[in-house]
Amino acid sequence: MRFLGLVWANLTRKKLRTTLTIGSFAVATFLFGLLVTIRGAFSGGADVAGTDRLTVINKTSLIMPLPYSYLSRLQQVPGVAAVTFATWFGGVYQDERNFFPQFAVDKDSWFRVYSEYVVPGDQLAAFMRDRQGCLVGRALARRFDWKVGDRIPLRGTIWPGTWEFNLDGIYDGHRPGVDTSQMLFRYDYLEERRAFGKGTVGWYVVKLANPDDAVKVAAAIDGGFANSPYETLTQTEKAFAAAFAKQMGNIELLVLTIGGVVFFTLLLVTGNTMAIAVRERTAEIAVLKTVGFADTVVLGLVLVESLLIAGQGGALGLLLAKLFTLGGDPTGGVLGTFYLSWNAIGLGLGLALLVGAAAGALPAVAAMRLDVARALRRA
Amino acid sequence: MVTVDGRGDGGLIRVRDLDKTYRRGSEEIHVLQGLNLDVGRGEFVAFMGPSGSGKTTLLNLLGGLDVPTSGSVTVAGDEITAMSSARLTAWRARHVGFIFQMYNLIPVLTAFANVELPLLLTRLTKAERRRHVAAALAVVGLADRSRHYPRQLSGGQEQRVAIARAIVADPTFLLADEPTGDLDRKSAGEIMELLARLVSEYGKTVLMVTHDPRAAERAQVVLHLDKGVLVEGSALGAAGR
Repeated sequence: MRFLGLVWANLTRKKLRTTLTIGSFAVATFLFGLLVTIRGAFSGGADVAGTDRLTVINKTSLIMPLPYSYLSRLQQVPGVAAVTFATWFGGVYQDERNFFPQFAVDKDSWFRVYSEYVVPGDQLAAFMRDRQGCLVGRALARRFDWKVGDRIPLRGTIWPGTWEFNLDGIYDGHRPGVDTSQMLFRYDYLEERRAFGKGTVGWYVVKLANPDDAVKVAAAIDGGFANSPYETLTQTEKAFAAAFAKQMGNIELLVLTIGGVVFFTLLLVTGNTMAIAVRERTAEIAVLKTVGFADTVVLGLVLVESLLIAGQGGALGLLLAKLFTLGGDPTGGVLGTFYLSWNAIGLGLGLALLVGAAAGALPAVAAMRLDVARALRRA
Repeated sequence: MVTVDGRGDGGLIRVRDLDKTYRRGSEEIHVLQGLNLDVGRGEFVAFMGPSGSGKTTLLNLLGGLDVPTSGSVTVAGDEITAMSSARLTAWRARHVGFIFQMYNLIPVLTAFANVELPLLLTRLTKAERRRHVAAALAVVGLADRSRHYPRQLSGGQEQRVAIARAIVADPTFLLADEPTGDLDRKSAGEIMELLARLVSEYGKTVLMVTHDPRAAERAQVVLHLDKGVLVEGSALGAAGR
């Protein structure tokens, strides 16, 4: 603590340079924050997927259905607390550019399994009564300016024709990061109107009595349907969400690549800046060592300086990114979630500090190894 | 008593058979050769000699900033030439005050903060450090300039701050390398007056390198370094009179 004044004085010695270096950290971590947020949006909620849920799909492919009759068999599997199911609808609202996910779900079991969806009681009751009813997420409602009571027509792409729905309610997530860009409607309405595929569902979602039993229950489910015409593949919801997101391309790789390039560039810029700063102060560092500052103290002073720059810039960038995401999805609802988690902020700050330490390491070691007599002669 | 024949009693500083050789490519440059020196407490010694005669090298070796090729330096019973780098750094903090020709103040720190630097390495509390710094600045006559930055001070005042920094931790001895080399005549006179006062009033031991005969006059003993060997000069300095 007693050296903080010295570190601070060095930081403020060239205000413009320090400000620009802090600024470059801020820009990099701001970009990091946005990239992580976008990755989260494209990962289909993999980061916030329930740890107590398994997804059961057709082993051949996600797009192949499973029989409705599996419902009762799944309910019998030991360790299963509840089962629900959903079917991808693939409808178009007005224009194909207005894409959003629509699922036909089982009205009775869906909300028992997905407790993170919050629907006002009266709206949920209306949905239960209305066969043509639907619920939409808050982000989706905002995107199209829908209000409860609106009539929503969709053009079916899998099951042709115009399908009309009554907007009975708008759901929210009980925690940040829950996808509110979806539309849920009743499976019995789909089953009643569709011309083919009757008696099938897209996939099942199983809620576990104990999350620790995930592997055992998954094996029991898949074993039970082995060698049947509809073999199953059971995986955790997180793995399912990640696999689903990969259908849109490897967003994670994209994020990692861009983030990596940005941070590497930052490492070079900051490393160079710190090296210049230390070189300019060679005589002063020699004086510090002359009056008795130990090599390790000199090393620490330079490293702390670098870490303070990184920490301030990182915190500023991540704060700005957080504020930006709090403003809501800038696409108006195309992204299901637009949420920068505190974990991601912690990771970003950690990365910034790591880059700061790496950038400061070489100049710090150079300062530590400085030959005092030679440096004083040059001064 | 200052002697250079290797037969002195050591007193405070005892140097024996000190050699320092630099290597430049394949060429060996013998800067100091078999140098002996004994300095007692409270002495004011000036080293004179032509450029390249090894004055600053000798000062660096006495202050533990450089290591000799052979020979020994013992200060107050501690053989510093046998110390590790880390121990030597700690020893320096406790025993040596350095004064440089170019003052070498940290430009972004106030006079107060510059003087406080050596005390940051001690266990003194903030209040105690403040008292010590105030006392040191008062000794050099700059009590009213503590909040000034080096750029706001004249050369003479900067050197006074540097002297305050050198004495603030109450070191065993002071090493001054051309302390008046960058000052006008009046300021140089004031600095030399101050150094002489540190010896006469505060009992400090001062070893100074200088080119300036007027500055050397203030020392009790003037030693000449020529071709790496010390020869006794005069004991005519004002402090000795």
